[in-house]
Amino acid sequence: MRHLLSTADLAKDDAVLLLDTAAQMAATQAREMKKLPTLRGRTVVNLFYEDSTRTRISFETAAKRLSADVINFSAKGSSVSKGESLKDTALTLHAMGADAVVVRHQASGAPHMLAHAGWLDAAVLNAGDGMHQHPTQALLDAFTIRRHLVGGGSDAGTEGTDLAGLRVAIVGDVLHSRVARSNVHLLHTLGAHVTLVAPPTLLPVGVETWPCDVSYHLDETIEQASPDAVMMLRVQRERMSGGAGGAFFPSAQEYSRKFGLGSQRLARLPRHAIVMHPGPMNRGLEISADAADHPRSVIVEQVANGIAVRMASLYLLLAGSDDAPDERTSL
Amino acid sequence: MTTTYILRGVRPLGGEPADVVLSGGQIAYVGAPGTAPRPATASPSGDPSVAGTAGPGSSSDTGTDVVEIDGGNRLVLLPGLVDLHTHLREPGREDAETVYSGTRAAAAGGFTAVHAMANTTPTQDTAGVVEQVWRLGRDAGWVDVRPVGAVTVGLGGERLAELGAMADSAAAVRVFSDDGKCVHDPVLMRRALEYVKAFDGVVAQHAQEPRLTEGAQMNEGVVSAEVGLAGWPAVAEESIIARDVLLAEHVGSRLHVCHLSTARSVEIVRWAKSRGVEVTAEVTPHHLLLTDERARSYDARFKVNPPLRTRADVEAVREGLADGTIDVVATDHAPHPVEDKDCEWAAAAFGMTGLETALSVVQATMVDTGRMSWADVARVLSQAPARIGRIDGGVQGHGRPLEVGEPANVTLVDPSRSRTVRGVEQVTASANTPLEGMELPGVVVATFLRGRATVLGGVPVGGELGRVGETEGVLL
Repeated sequence: MRHLLSTADLAKDDAVLLLDTAAQMAATQAREMKKLPTLRGRTVVNLFYEDSTRTRISFETAAKRLSADVINFSAKGSSVSKGESLKDTALTLHAMGADAVVVRHQASGAPHMLAHAGWLDAAVLNAGDGMHQHPTQALLDAFTIRRHLVGGGSDAGTEGTDLAGLRVAIVGDVLHSRVARSNVHLLHTLGAHVTLVAPPTLLPVGVETWPCDVSYHLDETIEQASPDAVMMLRVQRERMSGGAGGAFFPSAQEYSRKFGLGSQRLARLPRHAIVMHPGPMNRGLEISADAADHPRSVIVEQVANGIAVRMASLYLLLAGSDDAPDERTSL
Repeated sequence: MTTTYILRGVRPLGGEPADVVLSGGQIAYVGAPGTAPRPATASPSGDPSVAGTAGPGSSSDTGTDVVEIDGGNRLVLLPGLVDLHTHLREPGREDAETVYSGTRAAAAGGFTAVHAMANTTPTQDTAGVVEQVWRLGRDAGWVDVRPVGAVTVGLGGERLAELGAMADSAAAVRVFSDDGKCVHDPVLMRRALEYVKAFDGVVAQHAQEPRLTEGAQMNEGVVSAEVGLAGWPAVAEESIIARDVLLAEHVGSRLHVCHLSTARSVEIVRWAKSRGVEVTAEVTPHHLLLTDERARSYDARFKVNPPLRTRADVEAVREGLADGTIDVVATDHAPHPVEDKDCEWAAAAFGMTGLETALSVVQATMVDTGRMSWADVARVLSQAPARIGRIDGGVQGHGRPLEVGEPANVTLVDPSRSRTVRGVEQVTASANTPLEGMELPGVVVATFLRGRATVLGGVPVGGELGRVGETEGVLL
């Protein structure tokens, strides 16, 4: 595996290997001594053009638990706002000898450019680009689903397994969501059946070609698809105001009534169903406090699993090539 | 001191071979092969075994040069190409292109006239600025530069610019456009359409409904959904074209649609023409060739406005061009410096170069596919744009018949040769071609502006260093 840019690039074997590796990483995190020497002497740069404290500290923690040196590069004011260009930043990181660059950028495709423009030869790990992809989020979601719905709450016995036959509903602002795009591809690759649930205004033109079902009604999806997992997407409040970036729905109340997950809808889900959210949540908008804090909510666990998945990703990108070249190059 | 050019065995409009003599700024002779009179001073072309070699003869003692070009019964002679849509960037963005470099590139592409779009800095919205651009073009001497006047002050879309003053200026503006921006206010558009009737002008509309395209980055569809770039829906173009053809019909004005790019836009124009609306339309070479699949690379050289569309749209614009619904191929040549393209897609500028590849793309997509003849090429790349721009008359006219007594604005093309496109090797000052590395058919061998060779042997005659005659001995 050279870069991790998009879940659309991951074959099923690649994805399962990532989940299996994440399970091994998670097991080490239960120990008192959490740190592994694997990436000692390697340098990981967190290049963040968007504020995302959660994702950045997750990657930082993952890299540090693997003993990598971590440099945080907060690049506010990208070339979009006429700061230093992405190219010059990339050349700088190259000159400094970065082994991996974890990049979060508001422009879709920025990680793709870092990986392919010839500016630097570091491994590039997409930590979220515009409305495009956020592959480690999808991987941690798949990992969480596998642990609960295949492993019955533990990773034991899940090695090598996929998500065949599981039904996942992804609810909310699909149009602007890199989390939704990443999950549709990955969950489909792993054999799960995905239903996207959103008002038509928050679905992209062209969604009909995606490997999933689309529904405009959450209640109908709960009744008819009986999802094993429900993933609630964050809805930004500015989406309901006017302007081209807004007017997607009439009011927060109406959105909440039709697409929010509260205790009533929760009660109609299958008993084993889990509730997920990539965070940060808008309590009272897309998810009620009841649902967010319910025993079937795995939202906090998703955060912990994020560290394991990111450790696995960094490991396979940076250390993987040393011990099993054949397996890795196929990734 | 003038040069007489004897073009032997060339095919006017791709037809039967003929000898054509250019002399005194005019087409002086057209006759069967081998019949062109050979002046005593003529020197034969360099190596007779290499058909098409151009070699300037020397006969300084007589004061007249005679150059023979052997067309090998293969080279196609066209009226000099006319671009209705060129961005020369000067004044304001001389880092991307100047009138000099852009018109030199135009000549290299076979053009003898270009319409220079108004979105310069300052905007070409006054008689002073259009005259400046016109004068720069005249002084450069590569092609005739016809400035396009802005429709509204500063392209702001709020107040009409002084259209009459620009029309009456030395630049004699006849084409008005806010290109880059749409004249979206329907009242303003109506007024502009009406007002330019007084001087036989035309409004060339950049059809883009602004509200539907706020922040738009690429065609809205399957690809945009997947790559996560904000969509530019086809309906944003089509709705404006539909409105404008109805407005033009209502007020009885001439309308020109810039860079039409979608299947339904073709349908709307076809419908309007069937009603007798005086509408003309252009398509760019890139919309004839490329699709939005290119955006998957996030390579901003494929970022353009209107965006590259789908395969079905490409097929529709080809069909529309072949059946005459689309009148013109116009380049929308839009040079940009490297830093405006070598960056994130969302941060990159819209536009791509096209002057030096337009004819090749038309040959590849329309001629070599059997959909158009070379006479059709002359129609869409010379006669129709000259007519729309009202530069098709008089002794200096463009897009004229290839007949004795007509101004010698002609282009000689070798359709049997191909070349690989390299942005940095092009004459234009910018390298943002979307065709990098692509092999395309057709090479412009020579271009003549009123009988003077601006391109010989495939390269511009004279350059920034003023090395006139640098093409001597260059093999085609």
